[in-house]
Amino acid sequence: MKGLKFILAGILFGIIMAKSEAISWYRIQEMFRFQSFHMYGIIGTAVILGVTAVFMIKKFRIRDVQGKVIHFQDKDKSWRKYAIGGTVFGLGWALTGACPGPMFVNIGYGYWAMIIVVLGSLLGTYLYGIIRNKLPH
Amino acid sequence: MLELLKQPWPWYTSGALIALIMVLLLFFGKTFGVSSNLRTMCTIAGAGRNVKFFDFDWKAQIWNLLFLAGSVIGGVIASTVLRSEEPLKLSASTITDLKGLGIIFDGGLNPSQIFGLDFITSPKGFLILLLGGMLVGFGARYAGGCTSGHAISGLSNLQVPSLIAVVGFFAGGLIMTHLLLPLIF
Repeated sequence: MKGLKFILAGILFGIIMAKSEAISWYRIQEMFRFQSFHMYGIIGTAVILGVTAVFMIKKFRIRDVQGKVIHFQDKDKSWRKYAIGGTVFGLGWALTGACPGPMFVNIGYGYWAMIIVVLGSLLGTYLYGIIRNKLPH
Repeated sequence: MLELLKQPWPWYTSGALIALIMVLLLFFGKTFGVSSNLRTMCTIAGAGRNVKFFDFDWKAQIWNLLFLAGSVIGGVIASTVLRSEEPLKLSASTITDLKGLGIIFDGGLNPSQIFGLDFITSPKGFLILLLGGMLVGFGARYAGGCTSGHAISGLSNLQVPSLIAVVGFFAGGLIMTHLLLPLIF
C-alpha cells in the first residue's frame, strides 16, 4: 500500500510531538513567557539540522523515491500576508496552545476538547477562502 | 527500552526527529506542512462549489491526510503504550504566572480548567476554543503555512517569507500571552 509510509511518518510525528510535550498548552505558555529553553531547543535543533539537510540535498542533487531530483519551491515574494497572517496565527496559537499538527495529536491523546479547536480552524480556513480577495497579500 | 521511551523526550531528540520527518517527506516527494490539510478538508466538505479557493484536486493531498491520521494514532500510542505517569516539569515561574491568571498547573499536558468538560460546555469556554481555532486556521492560510510549513520547512530552505511569518507567529503569541490572556481569563 502506497499510503502506508505516510501513515507511519505521521505516527512517528505524533509520538514525537506528544512525548516531547510540544503539544502541551503549558509548554507553549512557557515559551511565550521565555521561561524555559525547551520549545526553543526543539524548534532550534529541527531548523539547524533541517538547514543542513536541505543544503546537502541540493548540493548532491538527491533524488526522491520516484527517482526525481528533489526540488524546493520558493515562497511567494511578499511580506504583508506573512506578517499579518502570521500574527493572527500566533494569537490563536498562544490562546489554544496548539498549532494545526498538535491539535490532531492532542485529540489522539484523549483531549477531546481539541475537536472544537479543529472545527474553529476549519471555519477560519473557510473564512479566509471567502474573503481572501479583499485582504492585502 | 520501553521504560526509556516512556519518559518525556528531551528537546534535542524531538528536534532531530522533526528534522528527520521533514527529510523523509522530501524523500517521498512531498513537503512537510500540516495546515494545508485544513484547506483540503474544507474542499472535501464541498467548499469548492461556492468558493474558488477550495476548488482544487484534493486527491493529490490524500498523502497529507494520511500523515495527519497517523499523527492522531501517534497521540493514542503516546497516551497508552508510552504513557508517562510523571507530572510535566513546567518551570516554576510559569506556574506562578499562570496562577496569577487563575489557571492552576495540574501536572498534565493541558489544563483541565480550559480543556475539561466543565469549561468547554460553558458558552465562554466553547467560544474561546472555537475562536482560538479560527485564528489559527485563518492565520495559517493567510500566511500560507503554519509552524511546520514555515518554521521547519521554510526556514530550513532559508526562505525570508517564512522568517517573516515566524516573526509574526511570535508577535501574535506575545500579544495574546501578555496583553490579551489577562483580559480573557
